Amino acid sequence: MNQAEKEAYLREYSILKNEGKPFFPYAVAKDSAMAVIVLLVIIFLSLMFGAELGPKADPTTTTYVPRPDWYFFFLFEVLRVIKPPVWTQLATIGVPTVCMVLLFLLPFYDRSPERRIERRPVALTAGILTIMAMAYLTYSGANAGSISVVALKAPSNLTPSETATFNAGKLVMGQSGCLACHRLGDSGNSAGVGPNLARVGLYLKPAAIASTLKNPTPPMPSFRSIAQQYPTKFKDLVTFLSDLQ
Amino acid sequence: MPRLPTPPIPKVLQPKPKRPGQNGNGNEHGSGKVSPAEAAQEAGVTVVDWIDERTSLSGGLRWLMFRKVPHGNWFYTLGSATLFAFLSQTITGVFLAMYYRPDATGGAYESMRYIVDDAFLGQFVRGMHKWGASVMVILIFLHMGRTFFFGAYKYPREMTWIIGVVLLILTLAMSFTGYLLPFDDRAYWATIVGVNINGTAPFLGPYISDFLRAGPEFGATTLSRFYAIHMLLVPGLIIALISVHLYLVAKLGITAPPWTKPDEEPELDVAEV
Repeated sequence: MNQAEKEAYLREYSILKNEGKPFFPYAVAKDSAMAVIVLLVIIFLSLMFGAELGPKADPTTTTYVPRPDWYFFFLFEVLRVIKPPVWTQLATIGVPTVCMVLLFLLPFYDRSPERRIERRPVALTAGILTIMAMAYLTYSGANAGSISVVALKAPSNLTPSETATFNAGKLVMGQSGCLACHRLGDSGNSAGVGPNLARVGLYLKPAAIASTLKNPTPPMPSFRSIAQQYPTKFKDLVTFLSDLQ
Repeated sequence: MPRLPTPPIPKVLQPKPKRPGQNGNGNEHGSGKVSPAEAAQEAGVTVVDWIDERTSLSGGLRWLMFRKVPHGNWFYTLGSATLFAFLSQTITGVFLAMYYRPDATGGAYESMRYIVDDAFLGQFVRGMHKWGASVMVILIFLHMGRTFFFGAYKYPREMTWIIGVVLLILTLAMSFTGYLLPFDDRAYWATIVGVNINGTAPFLGPYISDFLRAGPEFGATTLSRFYAIHMLLVPGLIIALISVHLYLVAKLGITAPPWTKPDEEPELDVAEV
């Protein structure tokens, strides 16, 4: 906007303002009505859906798959959509940061004096695309399947005791929430936040698997606490993973 | 002393002029007595006068309340609705804080159990706080959408927009730090992943994660750190920034809907040329 456009806007606005009504009581009445609606909606949601409190946080044997609150689903989903591990940083930090910077600087790169949305085709397209992208990401993030069960049969060449260990490890893996990021067989995250574990036993020796579980590369959380508090479970998990070939 | 003009409020709300026979101080009847209602009114005026003599607030308040605003529509209530959701979060949050103990080693989860199971209306208040967060996030996005599509972020309201974006980020930060506090499985694991995601940021990432966790591992002080951020740091910033946001809104005036045009051209004041 140049100086003439600024002055034209201010002049027009001061007329519109003078044609308006006083803030009190007209705007205040509308705002109050809206406030009552907001309060009623909050009370309704509280009475209707309540706030359940899950089992106490257990850092070791969680059956819980980490999930954020629904309004972070779109961020969560960006993490799943951007597949190659080299792009993980882009997904976790890059995309949200770029969006925030774009949002911040909006008044500085959109400097046209036009305010009617039907005459701002770029803004209209960008706005609608953003809303659709966020709605889609939130929706698909919400529908990402439950991932605390590993659907995988023990290989037939294992002895009965090995099969028992395999199944025990499988259970630990499901309960530890690995499938929130990793893919294994038909289960888990298909977006490849973490690498596919189907053949992890071919690439890593049991010791390497154990040390990765204890000292992972972010954003993978450390499972050191399982090793410390439940050594048998941890061993089952490592054996199970090294059997995946 | 010159009187300020009568505020342009609707006729119904304006005080009715006294009828000739009903003079305020009753002198008409020669009694000189004041009724209790009149005395109370007089006392109120005295108190307001006393405060105004020392603060000179009345002029500003009159301007704030009776300034004209352009004809809007219901979309223009989304900002104040967000503010109201924040107020609701503040009040329910204060009540929750009366019972909550930020003690990871034993106490946090138990105090939440107490709130949900035993405290009077505890579950209801916690539900209001939990769902109020969702409502506030929805309202903030709707308010931002209105501002975007109406082009309300343009000159002269760029600062208001930027502060609004900061408020959006702070609101999301509130929701992230608040998520850990119940200290159930959902809270714990979502926070672990969230902090680790923060940690992948280049350069600053590991420092942010260490700051949030209060160390390299998730420990006993992590919870109290989140509690302090959730209770003191971010709400303080939000309140300060809302004040600036509102100051700018009042000073610059709310936008008129972009499709409205003034009824007639302004009359040019030739006399002053």
